[in-house]
Amino acid sequence: MKTLLKRMTMPGWLSLAGMIIVLVIALLAPLIAPNNPMDTSPERILKELDGYPMGCDQMGQCFLSRLIYGARLSLLIGFASRFAALIIGLSVGMCAGYFGGKIDWLLMRVVDMFLAFPSLLLSIAVSMAMGSGMGTVIFAIAIVGWAEMARIIRAATLELRSAEYVVAARTLGASHLRIILTHILPNCLPLITVIFTMGIATAVLSEASLSFLGLGVDPALPTWGGMVATGKDYMLRFPGLVFYPGACIAFLVIIFNILGDELRDIFDPSRKGNF
Amino acid sequence: MIEFTLRRLMATIPVLLGILLVAFTVLYLIPGDPALTVAGPRADETTLNRIRAEMGLDLPVHTRFVNYLLKICKGDFGESVISGKPVLSSLTEKLPVTLKLALISILFSTLIGVLMGVIGAVTRGKIIDRLCTLFSVSGISIPVFLSGLVFLYVFAVKLRWFPSSGFNAENSLMPFILPAFTLGIRSAAFLARIVRSSMIEVLNQDFIRTAKAKGLSPMRILFRHGLVNALIPIITVIGLDLSSYLNGSVIVETIYDLPGIGRYAMEAISQRDYPVVQGVVLLGAIVFIGVNLFIDLFYAWINPKVRDEMLGKLAK
Repeated sequence: MKTLLKRMTMPGWLSLAGMIIVLVIALLAPLIAPNNPMDTSPERILKELDGYPMGCDQMGQCFLSRLIYGARLSLLIGFASRFAALIIGLSVGMCAGYFGGKIDWLLMRVVDMFLAFPSLLLSIAVSMAMGSGMGTVIFAIAIVGWAEMARIIRAATLELRSAEYVVAARTLGASHLRIILTHILPNCLPLITVIFTMGIATAVLSEASLSFLGLGVDPALPTWGGMVATGKDYMLRFPGLVFYPGACIAFLVIIFNILGDELRDIFDPSRKGNF
Repeated sequence: MIEFTLRRLMATIPVLLGILLVAFTVLYLIPGDPALTVAGPRADETTLNRIRAEMGLDLPVHTRFVNYLLKICKGDFGESVISGKPVLSSLTEKLPVTLKLALISILFSTLIGVLMGVIGAVTRGKIIDRLCTLFSVSGISIPVFLSGLVFLYVFAVKLRWFPSSGFNAENSLMPFILPAFTLGIRSAAFLARIVRSSMIEVLNQDFIRTAKAKGLSPMRILFRHGLVNALIPIITVIGLDLSSYLNGSVIVETIYDLPGIGRYAMEAISQRDYPVVQGVVLLGAIVFIGVNLFIDLFYAWINPKVRDEMLGKLAK
């Protein structure tokens, strides 16, 4: 672990620090935020007032408080949807890679199918069909992400299946489940960490896009994508309404992208610098 | 080659069927009774039953799926719930705008992406390379709706270089430049990473050293020997990106007010016009499969080695 951390470069440390800061802000939101982010008032609309450090938005809500609370939903949905995608992708990928043959063929055709859909449009179609809500958004993002994961994990499993220790375990009479859990899964863990992290960036971006299109969680809740969508009508006079939440999204996504690249280089130094 | 083409074509059939199955399932799961939408809220039970029978809604699920497949094969994507117009004819009507947007974006992204990637590969590890990497990480991280709005604000509102909104057919190029740039920059960021890594791989090979040793000019080595050999992954990415422009066009066409498929989808989303959304999703998936097929056939045609490899995989 120590040697692994030594391989981390400057951008990696910076983005790790950035991630911890966003995480702390999200966790401590009720303590940091100066006001209730959902508290609307017609008298405060688009005004600069004492006690409202960044002014109020078009609904008279405290802008800074909404930005702070926005971190919560972005991270929550990013992690949750990625976790859901991981569960599906892991089971499908490992089954396909380990058992091979007809099961592999069938599962991989299902994966191909999901990869063929334009990602955002599939999310849109699913969230329209299921109606709004947190669960819908998480599902709509996960249904797009799992296929890529399954494909990568299948390839890794396929390689491990013919490793000597797996063949040895098989000869000793270990069950399939035991081999998958004690030999294949632990060896896939670095890979899983990397694709999990890289995918969070995409998931955060998808959540923001869905919220921007009005298909995210309840629009009254503070989400960065939703804030850009409602703020854009006032952009000419108050560009900050669009710029700040947009910058928050970009910041979070950049952090996870760099972190993902960094983890990949750490676990697989032979590919350092390459894609 | 003929055997390969046939096998490759056969391989697309299960994927196509699966896609239609997913689209059908989502349509089936959607809450609300379509018959009620057609008949209106005050219709009585007998009218509703008659409409259900006419629309085939009273049939068992598998029969409905077969009917759905037959309809799609005949080119019938259903009608818009709001306007009543057939979805397919609206799609073909709006296709030219989106296609033009996509083509100009590809032009931008290829120029910027290949240039950035080559520069990154040549100056590997130096400050210029770091800057190119920073550009590509930011490019894939900044959401399209944000860069679209920022470009609109800076170039159209503040600097007044481009029209901010309003589309007219005569002024045929200007309204496309900013939206195409917005979409193109994002793909350029992806492309730059691929070009950089495949160029690095090619530049490390023996024939490049030979070319250097026999005294060819650096530019000639880079483009004639380097880029040409790195071309296959590059073309794949450009081709597969074609369907991702459909994703981006939903947001970009709405922001810049272009009457293409993306804005059509966006209007349908806000009006909960499901058949239209489904039509756009299916179109995207079919474009993706088509492009994929074309790329594979193209590779198999130019490189028999690749063909034999792929044939082995397909026959398995």
